[in-house]
Amino acid sequence: MNHYKDNRDYARYLLDLIQKEADRPLTVMEVCGTHTVAIARSGLRELLPESIRLLSGPGCPVCVTDDLDLDLVIALAREKGIILATFGDMMRVPGTQSSLLQEKSRGADVRVVYSPADALTLAAENPDSEVVFLGVGFETTVPTVAVALEQAMRQGLKNFSVYSLHKLVPPVMKALLEDPDVKIDAFINPGHVCTILGSEPFRFIPEKYGRPCVVTGFEAVDILEAILIMLRQHKEKRPAVEIQYKRAVRPEGNPVARSFIEKYFEPVTARWRGIGEVPDSGLTLREEYAAYDAQRRFPLSITPGKRRKNCSCGEVLKGLKLPYECALFGKVCTPVKPVGPCMVSTEGSCAAYYRYGAQKAGVAH
Amino acid sequence: MCLAIPAKITKINGMIAEVDIGGNIKEINITLTPEAKIGDYVLIHAGFAIQVIDEKAAEEIFEAWEVAYESLQRQ
Repeated sequence: MNHYKDNRDYARYLLDLIQKEADRPLTVMEVCGTHTVAIARSGLRELLPESIRLLSGPGCPVCVTDDLDLDLVIALAREKGIILATFGDMMRVPGTQSSLLQEKSRGADVRVVYSPADALTLAAENPDSEVVFLGVGFETTVPTVAVALEQAMRQGLKNFSVYSLHKLVPPVMKALLEDPDVKIDAFINPGHVCTILGSEPFRFIPEKYGRPCVVTGFEAVDILEAILIMLRQHKEKRPAVEIQYKRAVRPEGNPVARSFIEKYFEPVTARWRGIGEVPDSGLTLREEYAAYDAQRRFPLSITPGKRRKNCSCGEVLKGLKLPYECALFGKVCTPVKPVGPCMVSTEGSCAAYYRYGAQKAGVAH
Repeated sequence: MCLAIPAKITKINGMIAEVDIGGNIKEINITLTPEAKIGDYVLIHAGFAIQVIDEKAAEEIFEAWEVAYESLQRQ
């Protein structure tokens, strides 16, 4: 890796350039939760000129999981004979009444896995249980689930299924651009989603909406470089999708990974917490793989619980509110006793703001 | 959201590869990057390689900045 990358002088040099060239307001949304954490941890928000405003977007797959979907998963986890395999960051997310962690403590068989491949091993080792893998994640994660699914078929594992709550980034970015309340001038594009997708699926954003999109790496200097690139695009009125994160993203993305997504999944309307239903923004298993679709195999109907009052995660996810503008932030809602998902998830913007401090708001933590 | 870490491939057998992550050896699946070879750096996410990292491109992007950066040093 280039030795300048972690060199503070280089970061200072980029900041100087940004200070000099930032002559007008620019509201930038970082779509990805990993960028939110990188920005908070490096304190970039306070180093950038006032005219540049960084907003967090719906880029944490845990945070955007709708509580009704979570209530359905929790109900399934309670069923006898079900082993629910999930990534760890879904354990503490609150549905309307409970969470997977609480259900585990009440006896539900909920197990944390680090890869969909681990869920396959669980299915092979527990032939008389039904292993349901909770598929949460964006285009980066979906191909890994598709490969695991293919292996399950090849191994003839009949007790393995996927509960797909996967979400797609381009459709939700479009929904945000169509939302009159949301004011975004440019996007820091999610680096690893673009490792899979490439730049092509985002071209509609500069072409139809005139907003720059810069595919960005996760080091502080990557983010600074991206801001400089979008600042210049914005000033010179030449919005485009530009790849700053060249070491990991090619214009064509990863065609093999995309073919796996298309082979096993098809787009469907999905519920996003705080944003509502977004057409073609979720993924469901194709008809021919219905035998591996947990939602079809274990249909459950539950009475929808009451959504939590005055939790502003929805507005925070759309960049309409900053975490410390939520009435509960830092008081009723803290990482120890989180109310909303943006505080629960390590990549939630509220958790990032709380942990790395939001000096501007003088929030005591 | 999509944490992925780079690591070097040390061994390949079929669709399973061994990678060295900061000294410890881990097994990953390379079905999504069939072109990956021993000695390549790959990006790993949820136990799978999702891209072979292009070291050369990483250098290219910084040539332009380095020239400007060096001029700052000379001021």
